[in-house]
Amino acid sequence: MTDNKNIRVVVGMSGGVDSSVAALLLKEQGYDVVGIFMKNWDDTDEFGVCTATEDFDDVVRVCNQLDIPYYSVNFEKQYWDKVFTYFLDEYKAGRTPNPDVMCNKEIKFKAFLDHALSLGADYLATGHYAQVVRNEDGKIQMLRGADDNKDQTYFLNQLSSDVLEKVMFPLGHLPKPEVRKIAADYGLVTATKKDSTGICFIGERNFKSFLSEYLPAQPGKMMTLDGIEKGTHDGLMYYTIGQRQGLGIGGSGDPWFVVGKNLKDNYLYVAQGYHNEYLYSEALVATDLNWVQPDQIEDTFTCTAKFRYRQKDSEVTVNVKDNKAYVVFKDSQRAITPGQAVVFYQGDVCLGGGTIDEIIKDNKALQYVG
Amino acid sequence: MEAIYLDHAATSPMANGVVEAMIPVYKDIIGNASSVHSFGRKARQQLDTSRRVLAGSIGANEKEIVFTSGGTEADNMALLGVAEANQDKGNHIITSIQEHHATLHTAEKLEKQGFRVTYLPVNEEGLVSVQDVEAALTDDTILVSIMYVNNETGVIQPVVEIGELLKNHQAYFHTDAVQAYGLADIDVHEQGIDLLTVSAHKIGGPKGIGFLYVKEGVKMTPVQFGGEQERKRRPGTENIPSVAGFELASNIAMETKQIRNERYQKYKQILTDTFTEAGIVFRINGDQEKTVSSIINVSFAGTNVEALLANFDLSGIAASSGSACTAGSVEPSHVLSAMYGSDSPITTNSIRFSFGLANTEDNVREAAARIASIVKRLTS
Repeated sequence: MTDNKNIRVVVGMSGGVDSSVAALLLKEQGYDVVGIFMKNWDDTDEFGVCTATEDFDDVVRVCNQLDIPYYSVNFEKQYWDKVFTYFLDEYKAGRTPNPDVMCNKEIKFKAFLDHALSLGADYLATGHYAQVVRNEDGKIQMLRGADDNKDQTYFLNQLSSDVLEKVMFPLGHLPKPEVRKIAADYGLVTATKKDSTGICFIGERNFKSFLSEYLPAQPGKMMTLDGIEKGTHDGLMYYTIGQRQGLGIGGSGDPWFVVGKNLKDNYLYVAQGYHNEYLYSEALVATDLNWVQPDQIEDTFTCTAKFRYRQKDSEVTVNVKDNKAYVVFKDSQRAITPGQAVVFYQGDVCLGGGTIDEIIKDNKALQYVG
Repeated sequence: MEAIYLDHAATSPMANGVVEAMIPVYKDIIGNASSVHSFGRKARQQLDTSRRVLAGSIGANEKEIVFTSGGTEADNMALLGVAEANQDKGNHIITSIQEHHATLHTAEKLEKQGFRVTYLPVNEEGLVSVQDVEAALTDDTILVSIMYVNNETGVIQPVVEIGELLKNHQAYFHTDAVQAYGLADIDVHEQGIDLLTVSAHKIGGPKGIGFLYVKEGVKMTPVQFGGEQERKRRPGTENIPSVAGFELASNIAMETKQIRNERYQKYKQILTDTFTEAGIVFRINGDQEKTVSSIINVSFAGTNVEALLANFDLSGIAASSGSACTAGSVEPSHVLSAMYGSDSPITTNSIRFSFGLANTEDNVREAAARIASIVKRLTS
């Protein structure tokens, strides 16, 4: 083993099992490991209790088990400015944002990385399921996590090689059950802790009531694209393309799905049948592009892509022009959602990604989607 | 790398001989001080001796000392006990916004119970004004609680003047003297103090013991219930070994008061000289003419406490800032917010260094050099 003890690795610790095991593995590899808990959101209730308190307490206990120093850092303001504001703006625009992608880009791998470096860290490590490797030319690449079911490169698509160079993902090569087993074998207090679900700042709460605290809901008409009124909606922001639940349209026949939003008239467009043609598209336009290795990206190339987390890859042709990517699907795709990320892969290599901005069908941008 | 402790205001190591003095008490004085047998009497003897010594250290008489589990309990007892016992005389309490949370949160609790609380401001130098106390006083005021020395800035408050002011008023005067005891000259009777809080572990005594001085005649109801210990004011079997350790620590503190004040003043100078020589930008928070020797609160422009404290710790320096919130991240100091306003960057870039028994000129010099180099790196 090379002398790792002079290499300082700051581990972003959430109080969950993944980051706990990441810290454990690094400690066992002899690194100078420092655990840091990041507080991005304050949900303190009337009794002064916030989820961060519980989570930090777990970080403290794990770090003491590992005998590593631990600190915390507060990024509530940065999170509000860079992630939450974006999150609300996207909903206002009728889109479905992905705050986790933004959080990784602006907070975890920017503000938090800077903080780690200010502590003399050589690397920042997290418990993400992804892998960073150098290829034959010494270029940094990001690979999918070995556990296909847990791969998190989708959320990491905005990281550049400059950032990835300073990043370690100690769990990238492991299947999740193995991570749980390591935690249990070592007796980590977080070994059986439930994985967090949903958007971090909303947690287990009702999404609709959370959003209504920040954005005024404007109920309106639910229409078919042929102009037939099917009922009312509670506010366009509560719905996402392809959604079936919560429409409240009864009657016989196939179930109804959200197929579009008309912000001007405040209509929610619905159509019948899972495979309704309105839900299908042929191409998309992506903005906010990030390529891990920009100089290896040609103007036109074929690869695979994911349009949402944990979806199977689809074959696409990508044309890059004027900082936009025109992504043409080999097979038409259902319920592509503006605001979500499109992430590109060449085999196991994650090339980068962007934000889905427009959806294209019959060579035209869909008017009520995006 | 040698770890250097500059956080004595948080807690102090035990003074020389204190642990050794406590061991025979643990071993040999096994009785309950309330028991009517020789074992009990032996415990009672130790308790009485310690009480007399500790009372003497603040110019009180021994009946005026109520042992508690420490400073927090003493502050709680002073506010809750006096408020409840004097409701017939009024329902107004005066304190300041820079008090320790043991006082502030108790005052907030009393507000919920219907008492009216005035939170006095402090000026930019960290001082409460006597005029403000006077202006806030009403016929309804039953208690004024102003700390002797602020725990974050070390600024000595105008306690003597407030004591003087209140001599002709019904309101009792409580002062939290946790950071003053052992360094400032305290004489409760002369200084017009009716209630005073002291904690042992800040002066080289054991943790988990302290006392509240309650002037004879002060009406105060108990806040805990059980036996008749401490003249019914604080039930529970007395912690004789800790009381004995407290006594010795107090004796040592009183005997070495002058020399420690001189020493700590010199340490302060070493710190600021080193910072100046290193060319780093800093300012000292609080009126330097009126600050206790052991505490110096320094603002480093262009930094933040989270990065400073973690960097200090990783290079072996123990210091602190304002109180930490439960999720571990450091909230802006309420004391510095009171001085400079809550949006001042000083509230999030200031560090408290506090000197004490673990320091020598050499280790302070070494610490100063490490601190300077970290600040330099973070601001360059």
